[in-house]
Amino acid sequence: MKKYRFYSLALVAALTYACNSPAPENKTEAGSTTQEAPVGGQEAVQDNDSQKDVVKIAIGSADHTTLVAALKQADLVTVLSNAGPFTVFAPTNEAFNKLPKGTVEDLMKPENKAKLQDILEYHVSVGVFKPEMFQDGQTINQANSKNISLSVKDGKIMVNNQANIIASIPAANGIIHVIDAVLVPTDH
Amino acid sequence: MRQSELKTLALLAIAFATTVFSCKPKNVSTTTSGDAAQKVYVAPGKYDEFYNFVSGGFSGQMAVYGIPSGRLFKVIPVFSVDPEKGYGYSEETKPMLNTSHGFVPWDDLHHIALSETDGVHDGRWAFGNGNNTPRIARIDMKTFKTAEILEIPNSAGNHSSPFITENSEYVIAGTRFAVPMPDSDMDVPINTYKDNFKATVSLISVDKESGKMNIAFQILLPGVDFDLARAGKGKSHGWFFVSCYNTERANTLLEVNSTKNDKDFIMAVNWKKAEEYAKAGKGVKKSVNYAHNTYNDNTHSATSVMEKEVLMLDPKDCPDMIYFMPCPKNPHGCDTDPTGEYIVGSGKLAAVIPVFSFTKMLDAIDKKTFEGSYAGIPVLKYDAVLHGEVKKPGLGPLHTEFDANGNAYTSMFVSSEVVKWRISDLQVLDRVPTYYSVGHLSVPGGPTKKPWGKYLIAYNKITKDRYLPTGPELCQSAQLYDISGDKMKLLLDFPTIGEPHYAEAIPADMVSKNSVKFFKIEENKNPYVTMGEKEAKVERKGNEVHVYLTAIRSHLTPDNIEGVKLGDVVYFHVTNLEQDWDVPHGFAVKGANNAELLVMPGETQTLMWKPEKVGVYPIYCTDFCSALHQEMQGYIRISAPGKNVPLTFSTGTNQPKLEEDKF
Repeated sequence: MKKYRFYSLALVAALTYACNSPAPENKTEAGSTTQEAPVGGQEAVQDNDSQKDVVKIAIGSADHTTLVAALKQADLVTVLSNAGPFTVFAPTNEAFNKLPKGTVEDLMKPENKAKLQDILEYHVSVGVFKPEMFQDGQTINQANSKNISLSVKDGKIMVNNQANIIASIPAANGIIHVIDAVLVPTDH
Repeated sequence: MRQSELKTLALLAIAFATTVFSCKPKNVSTTTSGDAAQKVYVAPGKYDEFYNFVSGGFSGQMAVYGIPSGRLFKVIPVFSVDPEKGYGYSEETKPMLNTSHGFVPWDDLHHIALSETDGVHDGRWAFGNGNNTPRIARIDMKTFKTAEILEIPNSAGNHSSPFITENSEYVIAGTRFAVPMPDSDMDVPINTYKDNFKATVSLISVDKESGKMNIAFQILLPGVDFDLARAGKGKSHGWFFVSCYNTERANTLLEVNSTKNDKDFIMAVNWKKAEEYAKAGKGVKKSVNYAHNTYNDNTHSATSVMEKEVLMLDPKDCPDMIYFMPCPKNPHGCDTDPTGEYIVGSGKLAAVIPVFSFTKMLDAIDKKTFEGSYAGIPVLKYDAVLHGEVKKPGLGPLHTEFDANGNAYTSMFVSSEVVKWRISDLQVLDRVPTYYSVGHLSVPGGPTKKPWGKYLIAYNKITKDRYLPTGPELCQSAQLYDISGDKMKLLLDFPTIGEPHYAEAIPADMVSKNSVKFFKIEENKNPYVTMGEKEAKVERKGNEVHVYLTAIRSHLTPDNIEGVKLGDVVYFHVTNLEQDWDVPHGFAVKGANNAELLVMPGETQTLMWKPEKVGVYPIYCTDFCSALHQEMQGYIRISAPGKNVPLTFSTGTNQPKLEEDKF
């Protein structure tokens, strides 16, 4: 009996840690846990009251389904649900479509996960950069440790002379700048 | 003493010691059952089944633990200042601790009462008593903050409180110390106790919607010590019962002088009748002075109002309102069972647990089966009101809780054990040791009409050998038992803050679903709120400098402030602009002679600072809020009064250099 219990506990533990999917309910004999706490990372916390974080805003945007799928594939959803703060340069679906044919599909392959992570982290800075803070010629170090450069001309902000900021959305844990092109680190 | 006598004594002592130590359980496995660990294991990321609101005793605070895990979730500052939360230090919270004696930064919180509807927990408020400077606090279970503190006049040592009626109509607060009443000469010789000292019990009404407390009336009583109380429920709704000791009315060496009588009393009060008398104008208005402090979740500020009057009922003008039931020796606990029929007294110094019958009590009142009177109040005949006695339950019965199956659980302080007994036939069913010197017990819902049962928690005063030693003072503890079966099983013991005097436990979902995540910034009505970074500013009013400062991940606005002069008083009004759960920001300034602020999302709190030296002082966020928390910092410059530095403030830009400052 004791042995059996040990194995079942081990199994529960293995299942819990193996993935982010809901773990089997931890029903002890006394039924000591009647309340289900969220499983997974902070993105799973039930909270319909707080201001939305950068991930929730992206998930709610019809123009960012490719980005959200990529964030999921790169395991960055939990990271970006963190206290941050983050500045996320969020390419639209159209921006992804501008990439050479097959690029996105290729990046979404499991074997290219590290590359995908690197590209996505190139779109994230730790810190809140509001549009009015950007200066012409400014560089910002991104989460993947590479720099982006900004140009500000006649009130128009461009990233890497390539992507326009077309909207800025404040989030609970930072800010999202919607951009019309995917930023590609120079070594890719 | 002859040598042979000494030898006998020594032998006896050795025999005694051997017995005691051989009886002591050797290790955990002999005292806990094999599956105890599983029963208290709440896996990471899982929730506990109950909230346990535990008084902090001499810490003055209330602590919240999870059951069955024993994990500490929060210490709610109530009667004591808490620099960690800025409670009692921020300008907004200072009025919470105002009393007729001025600012009192500490008290002794003994008992908890959770609000009820129809005799069942409703998850709205937790009440706690301040013993030392008599006060009752109401904690809002949505915010886990102290919402109100009401001082009790004509009281001293507010021990017999707070006990709540079944629809939270009233919170009952009885005085432990009898004192001279303010409308007589207060400066009297102590040895005129019997003539000049009186006791009171206060009935504090609780507003059904807001929870706001108000002293409806007080009852003037002879100078005994009131200890504990319970309201009736079900059939006894409309009554409450209070244990009294020191019916000898001693004013010195109570250890000896208050233990002379074989029986003291349980006082039965017909509060519905008292309410009628109060309405009928039988009371007398007394001039008093007491503080009534309320915290407003919109202004995020407390206000303190001094109340000047209280209505006093005198039993001599109010017949059939109060009766005494004789109760063996210096009773402590006075607990009504879930049906409301039985009232269990616990005479600390008695060898029995007397159980009184409400039905018999009404009958005895009806037939006037009195054995006499005490200070003009009828004393009912013991045998006429007694359901029966639990014989030889243990030593030092203190306090009783109940399950839903007709069983009672009584703590035994002297013999350090919990005794389970059946109310119907008064048979002892089981006993388990506690480690050590147990005070109160708590069964989830135990004091209500609907005990949730399953667990019993014993609160122990002494923990010698239970934990790693920590010098002369050891922590006190809570001990969790499984009471789902016939036999009580020890599952866990866990350390607590202060003295865990009494506690109540409530199913988690009754509270968790209402928990507030943050305060809406648009509803912030603090007069010093800053509604956005663009509104941040610094204003001078004479020698007061008001800094309207915002905090949001991960900067303060403004974070460079100049033009403040020595001799100025600086008020930092910090608004947390976050609208996200669990993102408080803290605020501190070097050298401030008070504490930090801890500002919840959407709140405004104010720190007063009187700089005492010229220089540049750092300010920063103290609550690790984000990846750039350590960057969340700034400076305030304090200049000599004669130096011409204009008042400026900024974030992200530098001020032009001044003539004065050319280096």
